[in-house]
Formats: sequence, structure tokens, C-alpha cells
Amino acid sequence: MNRSFRWLTGMSVGTLVFLYGPILVILIFSFNASKISATWEGGTLHWYGQLAGDHSLWLATSNSLLVGTVSTLVALVLGLGAAVFLERGRVLGQPLIEGILLLPLVIPEVMLGVALLLFFVMLDWPLGLTTVTAGHCVFNLPLVIMVLRARLRKIDPVWELAARDLGASPWQAFVHVTFPLLRPAMLGAGLMAFTLSLDDFVVTFFTTGPGATTLPLKVFSMMRTGITPEINALSAILVTVSMLLIGISLAFQRK
Amino acid sequence: MTVSSLRQPSLLLLPTLLVLGVFFCIPLLLMFVVSFASRGLYGGLEWVFTVENYQRLADPLYWTIYGRSLFLAVTTTVVCLIIGFPLAYVMARSSPRMQTLLLVLVMIPFWTNFLVRTYAWMFLLRTEGLFNSLFLHVGILDAPLDLLYTNGAVFIGLVYGYLPFMILPLYVALERISPSLEEAAHDLYAGSVSVFRHVVIPLAKPGIVAGCILVFIPSIGAFITPHLLGGGQSMMLGTLIQHEFLVVRDWPFGSAISFLLMLLVLVVGVPLFKGRRLWGS
Repeated sequence: MNRSFRWLTGMSVGTLVFLYGPILVILIFSFNASKISATWEGGTLHWYGQLAGDHSLWLATSNSLLVGTVSTLVALVLGLGAAVFLERGRVLGQPLIEGILLLPLVIPEVMLGVALLLFFVMLDWPLGLTTVTAGHCVFNLPLVIMVLRARLRKIDPVWELAARDLGASPWQAFVHVTFPLLRPAMLGAGLMAFTLSLDDFVVTFFTTGPGATTLPLKVFSMMRTGITPEINALSAILVTVSMLLIGISLAFQRK
Repeated sequence: MTVSSLRQPSLLLLPTLLVLGVFFCIPLLLMFVVSFASRGLYGGLEWVFTVENYQRLADPLYWTIYGRSLFLAVTTTVVCLIIGFPLAYVMARSSPRMQTLLLVLVMIPFWTNFLVRTYAWMFLLRTEGLFNSLFLHVGILDAPLDLLYTNGAVFIGLVYGYLPFMILPLYVALERISPSLEEAAHDLYAGSVSVFRHVVIPLAKPGIVAGCILVFIPSIGAFITPHLLGGGQSMMLGTLIQHEFLVVRDWPFGSAISFLLMLLVLVVGVPLFKGRRLWGS
């Protein structure tokens, strides 16, 4: 047993190296002074400085933050109502609703992207940040509802019943009993939705219009014009941000 | 009487249904209708009913792309399972402290921008990339190899991209298996291999199925990976759909391919999903 476990540990280390190797290489080479980037020619922060001076990059970042914030807030507000109703209320046509809530998470993103493109173009709806945000709501809303429902299922309705017995209105019971119990799940779901939105490329790619470049779209257009050390530096920043977000969500879960 | 007695409960669900109805159901239905329309002379739409778009799917020209998509998605799933299992198992059998650490280590790539992770392989595999420079430097190669824009590059990118999707559900399933069950089997003179086959794998089945679904579905519909690592050389269904919509501007045919892709996802996904419910209970 011990020997086979040691074998498995060795393989696991290999898997971790596979997962982290490429990311580490990018991190290291983001400090490389060479413009041709495959050979090491000493350390520099030049490429980071270059990025800081790129106005379009800042614009793309603010677009991403805007789309992420709006689509996350919409998903949280609408999703909270839907999750509470689906778990606590009586629903007509439940199978159909379950289907509509599952399908956006299951169908390939390309399909969602082109369907939205078709829809917006045929309606003559100008493509831009609004259409991108609408697209992000389509995958964020079902995700938030799924997370909140899982949490609600674990909250015993007895707490709400007790509040009602003590004279609370349904609304008061929700605000003072159910919602505080749901708060950690709201935070977790919100962080997930926000990260998903910040990272999304495919749906954004198909629903974007002139002047509505998000961060992943900017990264993509930089990649297409050729591999430069600036992309390494930008990638390194994005990896660091992801790590920070995970750190934050873990810290909140501990509480 | 719980929250269901809120005065107008359907008001809670209505906004969600409205958003998903307008921005999800209607676009999908519209695409379904368009898949039966004709392409206009200059790339627009003509509302003439036809099944030609679906007939064109049978064109041998596209069979290589379907075949490649299916083959890459299946091999990606299998390889992710094989290399993900040992790590998931070690995670599940580590001390709580180590478990948290490993979990975070698996989650970081999971939440790292997919584009960036794909780009890392572009950086490594391209002609002037790290692998080629290294091999040339050491003297294994005389001339750089074409590693990028091949099926192999797409395959590595897919495995790299979706491996965390396999490890996490496997870990959740394996962690629930009590180590005492394995010890009991050992006490009854079962070897490591048969403990694995007759105890661990059957009990981990829900996680295996969940992991396979989570890897297969995004792999078969992958767009970023074949687009960046495969280029025009190694097209998959996702890149073909994008090509038809944005380059050829044949929307009816692009819509028909999309529904073929959806069919492939559902044909594989739904039975696995149903099976998971049976095993899960």
C-alpha cells in the first residue's frame, strides 16, 4: 500500500508541475529583457511600465469591471428571488423552468455567442457594452441561482417558521432570518459570477461592438498581432489577480 | 406556511424568466428558425424554407472536423481522467492541512483566465518558442519543429485547460470514501490493484461521471483552444461555427452546425447525467 501511494504521490507531483509549469514560465519571462523572449537576457520591469502607459488597456479594464459589476449585481438580485421561490414556493411547470435554468450552463459557449449575435443583429440592436452585459447575465444568472439553491436546501425552514410563529411577517422572516443565513452563499456566488464575467472571452467576442473592448478581448487582439513580452506581463498580472480573488473568497469562507 | 406565503411569489421568478426568455430562449429559437432559412446572395438571409443546411452537414468535407472534434474531446476526457485520478486520490488521503493546500493549488488554474493559460502553450510551442529553443540548444534537434497549429497542440491545450474540471469532482467523490473500507479489503488479502478496482473505482463512480461530463462538454464545443493552438490547420466544431458566422457569413449553415453540436453534447451528456443520478443515490 505504502509503495503504491508513493507512486501516486510521484504522479501527482508530475500533474502539478504540468499545471503550473507553463504559468510559471510566463511569469518568469514577463521580467525578461529580451524582446525576442525565448532566451533570457536579464531582468527588467520595462514591459510592466509599457503596459501602465497603454491607455487602451486601462479602458478595456474599466469596461471589464463595469460589465462584471453590472452582470453580477443583476444575477445576484434576480437570482436571489428566483432561488428563494424555487426552493420555498410552489412552482408551476417546474421541469420546464429547471431546463431553462440548466441549459445555459450546459450548451457550448460558442453556441450561446452566435445565437445572441444573430438575435441582436436581426433586431438591429447596436452591439456594445449593453449587449455584452446581457450575454454575461445569461450565464451568471443560472450559476448564481444554482449556488443559492444549494445553500437554501441546507437551511432548515424551521427557522423561518419559528420567526413566523413569533409574529414576523413573511418579509420580516426573510430579511431577519433567511437572508443572513444566505449571506455567505451570496458572497461566494457573487465572486464566482464576477470572476467568470471578467474572464469571459467567447460570449463577449460575439456580442461586442465598436468601442466595447473588454480585457480578454484586448489580450486576444494583442496575441493576434504577435507574441510580445507585454502579453507575458499582462498574463502575469491576470494570474496574480485570480490568485488574490481566490484568497479573498477563501478568507470569507473561513469566517 | 413559509416564504411561499409572500404575497406575490411569482414576482420573484418573473424577472429571471424574462431575462433568460429574452436573451436565451428567443435567440436559440431564432437560430433554430434561421437554420431552415436560405442564404441570400450577398450573405444576408432569405426567408425561404429549406432543409439544405442540414443536408450539407453530411458533406464529406466536414467529416474530418466532426471526427477530429469527437476524437479530441474523447481523448481529452480519458487522459484527464487518467492523470487527474492519482492527484485527486492523493488529495483525498492527505492530512486536512495538506488537503486545503492542494485544493487551492488545483483551484488557482481553475480560476485563471483561460485565454492566458492557452497563451502559455502558444509561448512554449511556437517555432521560436521555449521548447524549440531548448531542444536546439541541447542539440536534440537540428531544425525547429512545427509544434504549434497541430492536432497535438490542440490536444495538449484541451487537457491543460480542462484538467481542473476533472480533478475537483473526483476529489469530492474520493474524499467521501472512508479509508477503513480500503483497509478492510487489504485485511481480506486484496492486493492494491484489486482494492482499487473493486472498492475505490465503484465508490468513486459519481465523481468519475461528473468529471467526464465537465470535461467532455466544453472540449467538444471548444473555441479558444482550437482557434489559438490549432489555427486553420486543426479546426473543430467551435471554430467551424465561428468561421461560418463571421468569415463566410453563412448564418443558416452556421446555425445548423450549432444544432449538430448541441445534439452531440446532449447525446453524450444526458445519458451520463441520468446515470449519475442513479449512481449518486
